[in-house]
Amino acid sequence: MSPHLPQTWLKLTQAGLYCEPGGFHIDPMKPVASAVITHGHADHARAGHGATLSTPETAAIMALRYGKDHAARIETAPYRQRTKIGDVAVTLLPAGHILGSAQVVMEYGGVRAIVSGDFKRRRDPTCAPFEPMACDLFITEATFGLPVFRHPSDTHEIGRLLASMALTPERAHLVGVYPLGKCQRVLCLLREAGYEKPVYLHGALQALTDLYQSLGVAVGPTASIGDLPKDALKGVLVLCPPSAIADRWSRRLPDPVTAVASGWMQVRARARQQGAELPLTISDHADWDELLQTIEDVQAPEIWVTHGREDGLVYALAQRGHKARALSLLGREDEDVA
Amino acid sequence: MSMQRFGELLDALSFQPARNEKLRLIVEYLRATPDPDRGYAIAALTGGLHLPNAKPGALRALGAAQADEILFGLSYDYVGDLAETLALIWRAGPSEETEVPALADVVTALETASAKEVPALLAGWLDRLDATGRWALLKLVTGALRVGVSARLAKTALAQFGEVEPDAIEELWHGRAPPYTDVFLWLTKRADRPHALNLAFRPFMLAHALDEAEIALLPAADFRAEWKWDGIRVQLVADGDQRRIYSRGGEEIGKAFPDILDAMNFAAVLDGELLVAELGTSDPVEVASFNKLQQRLNRKTVTPRMLEEFPAHVRLYDLLDEQGEDLRAFPFDQRRQRLEAWLRAHPHPRFDLSPLIPFETWGELAELRAKARSEAIEGLMLKRGDSLYMTGRVKGPWFKWKRDPLTIDAVVMYAQRGHGKRSSFYSDYTFGCWRDDGQGGQELVPVGQAYFGFTDAELKQLDKWVRDHTRSRFGPVREVEIGLVVEVAFDSVQRSARHKSGVALRFPRISRLRWDKPAAEADRLETLVGMMAEG
Repeated sequence: MSPHLPQTWLKLTQAGLYCEPGGFHIDPMKPVASAVITHGHADHARAGHGATLSTPETAAIMALRYGKDHAARIETAPYRQRTKIGDVAVTLLPAGHILGSAQVVMEYGGVRAIVSGDFKRRRDPTCAPFEPMACDLFITEATFGLPVFRHPSDTHEIGRLLASMALTPERAHLVGVYPLGKCQRVLCLLREAGYEKPVYLHGALQALTDLYQSLGVAVGPTASIGDLPKDALKGVLVLCPPSAIADRWSRRLPDPVTAVASGWMQVRARARQQGAELPLTISDHADWDELLQTIEDVQAPEIWVTHGREDGLVYALAQRGHKARALSLLGREDEDVA
Repeated sequence: MSMQRFGELLDALSFQPARNEKLRLIVEYLRATPDPDRGYAIAALTGGLHLPNAKPGALRALGAAQADEILFGLSYDYVGDLAETLALIWRAGPSEETEVPALADVVTALETASAKEVPALLAGWLDRLDATGRWALLKLVTGALRVGVSARLAKTALAQFGEVEPDAIEELWHGRAPPYTDVFLWLTKRADRPHALNLAFRPFMLAHALDEAEIALLPAADFRAEWKWDGIRVQLVADGDQRRIYSRGGEEIGKAFPDILDAMNFAAVLDGELLVAELGTSDPVEVASFNKLQQRLNRKTVTPRMLEEFPAHVRLYDLLDEQGEDLRAFPFDQRRQRLEAWLRAHPHPRFDLSPLIPFETWGELAELRAKARSEAIEGLMLKRGDSLYMTGRVKGPWFKWKRDPLTIDAVVMYAQRGHGKRSSFYSDYTFGCWRDDGQGGQELVPVGQAYFGFTDAELKQLDKWVRDHTRSRFGPVREVEIGLVVEVAFDSVQRSARHKSGVALRFPRISRLRWDKPAAEADRLETLVGMMAEG
């Protein structure tokens, strides 16, 4: 047995995936001495580590969310720059999930392992596109790891939103979006579709949107509802966190059409659970075809499948002759962030 | 585009919790969609589609062909709905050139396709639809749309679309088949309101005469009993302004009963007994003699006075159709419940229920039957609780158990030649009873006429006797000598102003020839009067 087989140096601990020769965890759920962070979503990026390495954008997001001293030592590396941690060379590659999201490439003893983090393959105006790289081990997410998940194009879904707005001009449209990533992507898609009016933002979305703007993502004019009377809000578009849809906050809107933008909206039961009148399937995760395509692209002889519907993906990869197994990572709350 | 449009409607409905918004969505769809697609859409929403060979099993087969069994199973577990799983997992998407099928084409093809042909049909359409259209198509096949629209809500939308009251839709809905073209013609004001039900005569269900020897073999608990009312059996058929009263033979007799026609403000078909109500009685109405009913029969015109003196009434036995819903295939007990509920909802003084007679044993019922002497009652009807309303005289489900006849011995007074094959026989006999002539003597007074009840051999004897004992001739009628006594059976005696005797027999027939009996010993008129029902 070669000492450098990945399973000898990549292990699961209580905190999550651990790279032994580098002495660091990837997206640990608990405070650890050293962590590499793939992206800023709260189920991947936590405060309280000894040292962190991430892209500068992810570090900025964490600083906004947890304060500038969320870790004792904060290091950043731009995409494609090799950084040595212990005996391991670490490179961050674009994952296409949200602004700053990265795959973690680890090279040790002539073996290359890549942790995909959360990723998608579709174009996203708010972040760099996923870059596939050949490797020996690919550790992939599987949020939408079933063949029922085939996402429609985002322009189609934005078109449905604009059509609904045209049909009911007397009502406001309230779109539930995750505050980090989805919110800004929807804003950009609206602009691309030619919607130029100000988009009203729930207070919880403002700071991250401002951060995106400051990092060079142009989202167009936004506004706050403030104390505007109901009449002034007829026909407007409001974005809010999904949890605010059912909150008293939304009562100030004139009979709003409630939409939710998420990859989960493809499944009716999930859409109804969220109270979406107009479910928009806009996903920041790879769908079934993208997952399979990515596996083909990276040509890895071994695949580990982490969070999501890993059973289906592991089974399908085995059918295709890949060596695949499931890793059970605790604490991933992917379902809210899709 | 239309299967796609239907899919978009279902999709929007499935996510729309508010009733008014659902209504708005359906109404908009109905406005934007031509016939016959919109009719089939309404059928789908009201559960009115019947696709006998399109079964959920076909979906599983398609799923197996489309995806690996394990992946399909995992997906189904996750999605929780077979139609939705297959719609999402289906690989081909709509291509630019292919035409999306119309909802009407889909439905009519599925209506006639064999179970074998269904999967290939579905596959062809699935290739031409997007995920929403595929989902809608497969929902049609599984039957349960589950988009939160009740049949009532869909009809309410239809009413809003046509600017009519929802009840107006409900009234004509039953028995109507998709795509409801006549309903849409009416709702778009291009035609009059269609009728809810078929106005044609439905052949009556008739009863067999009960063989009393067999009654012990019948389980009493299986039967319901009611009185056999002595009127004429009628069928009332009404829908809006269209109202018909059919007699036993299916002739329309409504013209003679405008008072009943006026009261038929409903959409239903009822079976009942046409009677005349005793003046001033109500709740319950007392039934007047058959004689009074006869005043109203066979009239081309009815005078206001007749309407006033002999008010018609219908005692209801059965409900055959309610608003186009044919109830004849339901068991009697259910029809009876429906009838009772129907009458509660449509009360009218001209109608009442023929009550069910509670009983536990045949003996108990026999006693009630023996005691019943009301003129209005001919006997009992026995109906199996599970009997469907069948055409004609089917043996087993219904029996009539007529009252035992009354009999008198009367003297033959006149004889008349019969008709047809009896035209050479004196076969029609007028008979009389004795009474005081007011001068200390006795005289015969005619009380009735009978022309059956005897055998052919007896007829020959009677004919010979008449020819041998003729006293005088008046055309076809011969007056005969006083000498032959016959036993006459009849169902009841009624007071009659039209007859010299002051009485009339109901349904008289000759039950025995009493060659043995001297004419002087025949019955007296007082005996007949005594047989008259009390009251």
